[in-house]
Amino acid sequence: MMNAGVSLPFVKEVFSLRKKEWIAMLLAGGQGSRLYSLTKNLAKPAVPFGGKYRIIDFPLSNCVNSGIDTVGVLTQYQPLVLNEYIGSGQPWDLDRQDGGVFVLPPYQKSSGSDWYTGTANAIYQNVPFIERYDPEYVLILSGDHIYKMNYEKMLKFHKEKEADCTIAVLQVPMEEAPRFGIMNTEEDGKVYEFEEKPANPKSNLASMGIYIFTWKKLREYLEEDAATPGSANDFGKNIIPNMLAAGERMYAYAFDGYWKDVGTIDSLWEANMDLLDPKVPLSLYDPDWKIYARNPALPPHYIAPGAHVQNSMVTEGCVIEGTVDFSVVFAGVKIEEGAIVRDSIIMPGSVIKKGAVVDYAIVAENAVIGENTAIGARPEGMEDISGWGVTVIGNDVTIGAGVTIMPKAMVETDIAAEEVLVK
Amino acid sequence: MIKRTTMGIVFSNMHDNHLGSLTRDRTTGSVPFGGRYRLVDFILSSMVNSGVREVGVIAKSNYQTLMEHLGSGREWDLARKLGGLTVLPPYSSGDNQGIYAGRLDALAGVSGYIRNGKAEYVILADCDLIANLDFQEMIAFHEEKGADITLAYRREKILREGNENIVVFDVNDDGRVGQVWLSPQPEEEQNTYLNMAVMKRELLGKIVEEARSRNKRSFTKDILVEQSDSMLIYAYEVKDCVMRINGLQDYFDASMALLQPQVRQALFPVERPVLTRVRDQVPAKYGLGAVVKNSLVADGCIIEGTVENSIIFRGAKIGRGAVIRDSIIMAGAVIGDGARLEYVVADRDATIRDTRTLVGYKTYPLFIEKKSVI
Repeated sequence: MMNAGVSLPFVKEVFSLRKKEWIAMLLAGGQGSRLYSLTKNLAKPAVPFGGKYRIIDFPLSNCVNSGIDTVGVLTQYQPLVLNEYIGSGQPWDLDRQDGGVFVLPPYQKSSGSDWYTGTANAIYQNVPFIERYDPEYVLILSGDHIYKMNYEKMLKFHKEKEADCTIAVLQVPMEEAPRFGIMNTEEDGKVYEFEEKPANPKSNLASMGIYIFTWKKLREYLEEDAATPGSANDFGKNIIPNMLAAGERMYAYAFDGYWKDVGTIDSLWEANMDLLDPKVPLSLYDPDWKIYARNPALPPHYIAPGAHVQNSMVTEGCVIEGTVDFSVVFAGVKIEEGAIVRDSIIMPGSVIKKGAVVDYAIVAENAVIGENTAIGARPEGMEDISGWGVTVIGNDVTIGAGVTIMPKAMVETDIAAEEVLVK
Repeated sequence: MIKRTTMGIVFSNMHDNHLGSLTRDRTTGSVPFGGRYRLVDFILSSMVNSGVREVGVIAKSNYQTLMEHLGSGREWDLARKLGGLTVLPPYSSGDNQGIYAGRLDALAGVSGYIRNGKAEYVILADCDLIANLDFQEMIAFHEEKGADITLAYRREKILREGNENIVVFDVNDDGRVGQVWLSPQPEEEQNTYLNMAVMKRELLGKIVEEARSRNKRSFTKDILVEQSDSMLIYAYEVKDCVMRINGLQDYFDASMALLQPQVRQALFPVERPVLTRVRDQVPAKYGLGAVVKNSLVADGCIIEGTVENSIIFRGAKIGRGAVIRDSIIMAGAVIGDGARLEYVVADRDATIRDTRTLVGYKTYPLFIEKKSVI
């Protein structure tokens, strides 16, 4: 029989939910509309990256490597693949008895249900989740950046400064500053002004979208924001400016490693290519800072007698019979005899058939490129360079034999043989 | 999936003495194979893919690497509350010295595990086979024949002498085992026992108890040879691709066979994956000037030289201008710039310094021990 007298604190005691010093909340609900067909059926953090990873592996691995054992992943848009990918959290060592990783979609409450209306609202709707761990600090992350960062150092900085909010910042070239949220700081890092995409920036310290808040303080501002009609419920637009205006202690924490927003086709392509450049300071080989991923069970890749593979990354399960140069080839890809793949990203399970040529392209998961089909072009061969760009072939798209797909095209549907797609 | 519940018992140390330096610090089950696997992966994956949810792995000596590899059994989906994976190290008690002398002796040491099992059937198997097997068919055959014990065999030409651990037998038209021989002479195709047997768990328990009280130690000699008349012992022919590792030459040849597409297709079908421990390695990276032909390369490798007809394990590094032909380079091995290797098996974490030349022969590959520096 149910005992109506059993109250929540008692239950909490029984399951011994321990107080955490800090937990992380990872915003993974973004649609990633600038990735076009790559995010048609997929949340942006689930987009494949770097041969065997998905974007979310980077913040998740950073969390674990920084000693965080409780992570809430806030999902909303196309969560299916992401949910399945995260699963129990075991690949990241986040299948814990005490804490672990939790996928947090919007849910129905007794007073109704709401989608997450903004980044701050997503956290606000999950205040009860955070409160269960009674943390001192909360780390807010987004799921669309490629970088390796020790958040523990940032927390130490936050504590030293006795800050209410610490924002990780990166020095960007001054001419790029107008694309970012810019922090204007005093010498010790104290933020006195925040400008979202300023036309005439005063500094080049760009917000990386990584925040540590003292939880009690953040909760106050989340509640206030939620009660403000017309608010965009957004960290950058509302919470940060409001806290600054109220004179809270806000500090910029300078990060100087590799960091890349992979929110566009071009930046996603570039970030993959960066892995092939020995001069780029993003090493995935560091045994003390591994990037974890869910691994498919595939045999080592096979390079056939007639193949040529140079300057590339190739993952397990591939069969390479053709030529691969300056490319990132994901798990289980087949590149047939005589096919040429250059300066491209071939995502898991795709097949490049005999004689096909793929230049400067992103071929998404499980696509098939027909025999002798040409995808994209090399910029040096173009008369009008303005029409050039990275070509994208969407998930599960089959392109017939002998097709020509022009540079910069985005293909989302199957194309029959012998067609030319100029778009 | 198998309708009847079935448990597996895997002997990880059988055949250790045939594999020379490969098993100096490890069990047969933990010998690295095929770029990212260990031998035990093949039998474990075959069992799991056939619906077996309860596996005991019997370990005798040198089993640290095996324990580390198997962990909780998670990669094989065997980290279970009911059943799952159990590593069974030697157990010494009053009348048992711990280290067993034969298969029955080993089973006697784990008789509690067999007795406490819930499964109806048990599959006994070793780790010396490279194969992707479906045990459902074998159990269906066993039930159809109403057999006491069913042995897996294949038709095989015995090429060399000195096969003291190979067992052959006659099979009559109905599939029943007739006469059994140990250490056969090399001759034409024979029915060779694959050291895989299926029987009811209760029967195995009885056999083990009886053997203990009569001080019988060998499953082959004391059961198969002695009891082939009194028990209904049937033989099930395995027609799938099976490679037996019964020596260093076999190891080398079976490794090289993986370069054939039909062998890889038989061993690594998409619907029956071979599962192994995840190492979280980066994809392999090919540098400027890399030339790779007819080779298998695992994740985590950095290849800057020439590699032909070879198997390169996880995290191996091949330096600039190095030339590797017909060789097996195991995990973490580092081959220096300009080194030249032919018919070499470099064990884990071996280092071959710049410009060194090491050449074995096809029928006599050169084995470089684990962690050695040349």
